[in-house]
Amino acid sequence: MAEAVDYKQIGTRPVRPDGVDKVTGRARFGADLILPNMVHGRVLRSPHAHARIKRIDLSPALEMEGVVAAISGADFPDIEGGEVGGEGGGTLGDVAKNIMARDKVVYHGHAVAAVAATSPALANAALEAIEVEYEPLPPVLDVLAAMEDDAVLVNENNFTQGVENADKPSNVAAVGKLARGDLDEGFAAADLVIEREYQVPMAHQGYIEPHACVASIDETGRGSVWCCTQGHFEFRANTAKILNKDIADLKFIASEIGGGFGGKTVVYLEPLAVMLSEKCGHPVKMTMTREEVFRATGPTSGTVARVKLGVKNDGTITAADAWVAFEAGAFAGAPTMPGMMAIYAPYDIENFSVEVFDVLVNKPKVAAYRAPGAPQTMHAFECALDEAAIALDMDPLDLRMINAAEEGTQAPYGPKFPPIGFKACLEAAKAHPNYTKPVPEGAGRGVSAGFWFNIGMQSSAEININENGTVMVIEGSPDIGGSRASMCLMAAETLGVEYDKVRAQVGDTESTGFCNVTGGSRTTFATGLAVTQACEDVIAECKKRAAMSWGVDEDQVEWQDGSAVPGPGVNADVNPMSLADLAGSAAKTGGPIQGRASVNAQGAGASFSVNFTDIAVDHDTGKTDVLSFTAIQDAGTAIHPAYVEGQMQGGAVQGLGWALNEEYVYDDNGVMENAGFLDYRIPVASDLPMIDTEIIEVPNPSHPYGVRGVGETPIVAPLAAVSNAVSRAVGKRLCDLPLSPPNVLAALDD
Amino acid sequence: MASVVFPDSFLEHTGGTREFDTAAACYRDLLTELKARWPDLTEILDRSAVAIDGQIYQDAFLEEIQPHSEVFFMARIEGG
Repeated sequence: MAEAVDYKQIGTRPVRPDGVDKVTGRARFGADLILPNMVHGRVLRSPHAHARIKRIDLSPALEMEGVVAAISGADFPDIEGGEVGGEGGGTLGDVAKNIMARDKVVYHGHAVAAVAATSPALANAALEAIEVEYEPLPPVLDVLAAMEDDAVLVNENNFTQGVENADKPSNVAAVGKLARGDLDEGFAAADLVIEREYQVPMAHQGYIEPHACVASIDETGRGSVWCCTQGHFEFRANTAKILNKDIADLKFIASEIGGGFGGKTVVYLEPLAVMLSEKCGHPVKMTMTREEVFRATGPTSGTVARVKLGVKNDGTITAADAWVAFEAGAFAGAPTMPGMMAIYAPYDIENFSVEVFDVLVNKPKVAAYRAPGAPQTMHAFECALDEAAIALDMDPLDLRMINAAEEGTQAPYGPKFPPIGFKACLEAAKAHPNYTKPVPEGAGRGVSAGFWFNIGMQSSAEININENGTVMVIEGSPDIGGSRASMCLMAAETLGVEYDKVRAQVGDTESTGFCNVTGGSRTTFATGLAVTQACEDVIAECKKRAAMSWGVDEDQVEWQDGSAVPGPGVNADVNPMSLADLAGSAAKTGGPIQGRASVNAQGAGASFSVNFTDIAVDHDTGKTDVLSFTAIQDAGTAIHPAYVEGQMQGGAVQGLGWALNEEYVYDDNGVMENAGFLDYRIPVASDLPMIDTEIIEVPNPSHPYGVRGVGETPIVAPLAAVSNAVSRAVGKRLCDLPLSPPNVLAALDD
Repeated sequence: MASVVFPDSFLEHTGGTREFDTAAACYRDLLTELKARWPDLTEILDRSAVAIDGQIYQDAFLEEIQPHSEVFFMARIEGG
């Protein structure tokens, strides 16, 4: 049970250990590795959004001097179904078809062949030599059109899951529903009913580092893969399964990573590089261009949401009903379930229903993006709440407080909440100086709540005590948001040593135990739990060694401030033994001192947030100006507060970008027209104010230090906060994102 | 007896039964009971999360179920 205690290391803000390497360029990312005799792989991608592949001829490419291998879908084993593991939506069979098309291409940019050649230029020339004959088919791009009975089918073998007697193929891959109470009764009790349709566009995770890897496979089919990934163990497993190989034959090494946000939890290039390397006998490097990242890697779902909300004049929510269609891309697996379970999570609502649809369209297969599914569904409901607050002439924070969930509230998805910090977030928002000050002239102030469940899953950690008593932490969670520093802080706190005596390293798949992906806000919680337990293992061993040295029983030794000390009543005339002392005498007491732990961490604590923002709108141009943005979040105990604030700021900025400008723009043929950062406009520094943060720390009772997890929740609330601010600024409800200048102008003119 | 609640996605396999009581003392025993009573539930149970007395478990096994426990099945959570 976590308690409010004065930690010595936890809660401090040491300089990030990877910072200097990253700003000096020394850090090695996915594309930085160069091996002797390495060749370069490239992917041929479909020019059609939907077409049958009638013929592929690789031979013209293979006849070119310097081209050492070429592959297409025919080279891959057939895989149907199978679990992706970790966080990937859909099946492994779909992932296999997504990374290399078989008989059909289902989105523009879908991979149809790959080559390896002695130079990137030659590889590009080889792609042009490959002959592919297509039978173009009409694409279906709109999620509502795709749900029509007579819609063009993305997959003729897709039958809807979650409905009885689905005897006809459909683009609806799955239906889900969550309900409680009596909707009719709830709406009958309402004094005010709000009913709206909201749209959120498909958006990309926008990580700065494109996908990249190097595979080096020997003549026995064994070898290594270096890649930028959020989970090298799952990349190894999925690559092996897709290629019908033994996972023991592949070693995966995670490079430094330039952002992932969920988009690097699934394989794209790695199985191709392994197959090409195995065919040609050379190491193969593959890197995506930015255009390829946009066209062929997982964005998150665009959605259409219909919400009906009933409230009493005193602000009590009496009923809520939602219908949300998610774009899955061309393969099933949109984040419908978490979106469904999150939509009403901050509130105690007696009568509700939410129905969700996983819908195939001829666009890239979606992948996880921070709190997958929650930003879209909660945008709709939080906008409806704001409209209700305006109609009731009620402060939007007060409306939320009246209905706020707390410990013991039955969550919409079932269980009663353990201790949570939503009300604390609302109280902090109400008292925040950014909220108590007047709304600037010409601006609107938007409020929204956010939520994410957080998860645990499997992690391993080993602790090695060096000969001088310094500490080496080895774990298998790729460091995306500063986890090495957090692991060092928890290890230092547990062992009772200073932070600068501890180092952390992310081990490869052969040098540390299994870890699930870094994602779902699980790493500081779950891998941190493994590190803490591994440190406890070290302490137990140290007490044993000290007892041996002093000639007393182990239970007569205690651990205080990084040293073994004799317990009360022990008459031994001994001095405390520090980690350095114990390591120095380790050769005589049993050899090197190590600790290890493996966990399947349960009991992740949910994280709630409240965001508010002041946004001014130029009524002549539609341009918005974000004057201030305040993010408040219950993070549980903040191990490294600067990293927590960084996660909150990063999520806020991504949410601002999604709300204000980011969208996939397609032409009628299903070709994305803005596949680059010039036209797909993520926020830059000059677009933004300082993102103000306030961390609320309600400890998670299921973690020894009270960790909840941070990284998912921050992207949830900004979408509705922005919508609500802009709507209040212009005095008109704007329901569809992004609120880009042309869209705002069009809405004002409507 | 502990109470067990199923989500909508279970109902087609339980003949519409949403709630029932159990004397199972741990999650493993509850699973055994459920799979025996509704064999069609096996696949969906193996890829579901469960909340016991408010605590969510992605992969429960020997977690205790008390006589007055509340057990809710739910979809597994993912994340980015």
